Amino acid sequence: MRNFVNKRAASLQPSGIRKFFDIVSKMEGAISLGVGEPDFVTPWNIRDKAIRSLQRGYTQYTGNRGLPELCSLISRYIKERFGVEYPPENTIVTVGASEAIDLALRAVCDVGDEILIPEPSYVSYAPAVTLAGGAPVPVICSAENKFILTPERLESAITPKTKALILAYPNNPTGAIMTKAQLEAIIPVIEKHDLLVISDEIYAELTYTGTHVSIASLGDMRGRTVLINGFSKAFAMTGWRVGFVCAPPEIDAAMLKIHQYTILCAPQTGQRAAVCALKEGLADGFSTVEDMRAEYNRRGRFLVNAFNSLGLDCFQPEGAFYVFPSVEKTGMNGESFANELLRRYKVAVVPGSAFGAAGEKHVRCSYATSMRNLTAAIERISDFTEEIKSRI
Amino acid sequence: MDRLEKDILALIAEDSRLTAKKIAAMLAAEEKLVAEKISALEKSGIIVKYTAILNTDSIEEESVEALIEVKVTPQRGHGFDMIAGEIAAHDEVKNLYLMSGAYDLAVIVQGKSLRSVSRFVSEKISTYDTVISTATHFILKKYKVEGAVMYKAGVPERISIQP
Repeated sequence: MRNFVNKRAASLQPSGIRKFFDIVSKMEGAISLGVGEPDFVTPWNIRDKAIRSLQRGYTQYTGNRGLPELCSLISRYIKERFGVEYPPENTIVTVGASEAIDLALRAVCDVGDEILIPEPSYVSYAPAVTLAGGAPVPVICSAENKFILTPERLESAITPKTKALILAYPNNPTGAIMTKAQLEAIIPVIEKHDLLVISDEIYAELTYTGTHVSIASLGDMRGRTVLINGFSKAFAMTGWRVGFVCAPPEIDAAMLKIHQYTILCAPQTGQRAAVCALKEGLADGFSTVEDMRAEYNRRGRFLVNAFNSLGLDCFQPEGAFYVFPSVEKTGMNGESFANELLRRYKVAVVPGSAFGAAGEKHVRCSYATSMRNLTAAIERISDFTEEIKSRI
Repeated sequence: MDRLEKDILALIAEDSRLTAKKIAAMLAAEEKLVAEKISALEKSGIIVKYTAILNTDSIEEESVEALIEVKVTPQRGHGFDMIAGEIAAHDEVKNLYLMSGAYDLAVIVQGKSLRSVSRFVSEKISTYDTVISTATHFILKKYKVEGAVMYKAGVPERISIQP
């Protein structure tokens, strides 16, 4: 029998995280700082609305775009929260922001098109570009610059084949954000080379030093930005699989075609839940989101303070729920540090190399877990770093 | 009370073992200021006591708790305070609240056995002149105490490593 797997799928590297997961899941008493989802359960009122919608029999397909009510609410939400204007008719409700990323790339990449990905980056972008037929091009961002994308780095990565730039701020894994000024600085470069921006803003509600700024709200960027966001992180709805994408008309139309043929529509139950989340949030100023945000902020500060006092340099993350300390001072790289920390001290952190070569000397630690776990993890990490010092 | 004091109280109420140093880090405040605030809150009686919430079911020694609904005649000039103070003085009384509705005082009593709690009620509480009647209800199982869940029944697990 011949090999049926195509070259493209065969060429994808399995996630660097997989190995770790296998070890941690078999380990008793391991503390995991490797999670990527909130430790809050979806607020009860949202779950309740969804349960009622099931009881009443709302179990059918919805229109391809999604429930009209939801598209309207999304349009209102992004306008009121982030000053971004996309009409409901250019909004698609997707199966998580993950599908939105895939749609955008499949609508835009021709074979050979280069898509710029600032690194360290979320694990899915490069594979999604490859699957869409494009060529992923990393743009290394440095810790000295707090991992933001600078106009110089951007300019130096552009070639005649470059078509689009993926921006993911607030960032997984670094916790970095880009301010209005920093975004404005890269706009001239983007416009000069006529690039499209695919902006993954899934962590937009989790910012700690001011409101998130979307590049789509600046200058004329709306006409060349595909805005991706969703409900997973802000509303603790990761398992529901509901996200959305807003784009200029032609790209929206192309994405809708792909979405129609491949997914048909996002789950109706999830959409009903999302409607509730937005309706109630808009009415009460998103107070539940605020409470979650404040809690994450406290944990993040505690963690950064702890890491810095252990000699693992990291800057205060301004968004998302990750810290990205450097383990350089221990003389190890991220992978060996993480491996030994797991094996001998039973704390799981994710090696920075899983997010690109730029993360090699780092590890990613999530604070989407209880203070109790964080405190215990820090104690074990402290024992580890003490022991390393005594070896040198 | 300022914002910092409110935040400190919220954190301490959740975990009384947090040190001023940790609290200061979590709230981006000066450690010395936080320590001073905590001291002041203790002195003023806003922070009354630091304690631990125990799961008594898991402890070997038997203990029995009961909620007793007590009806009293309030006294001129003292209202309920006098009788409440007298009942509260007993070590067996763990909680005592003045309530609206069908009865006046909710008294939670802890004793070594059913018998000892019943005797406490009949010998020590019912005997006050101002106590009109008591109704004793024994606590069978505690699911949640001061915000702490006693039984981790079916809490969904998260996948430990995720991108």
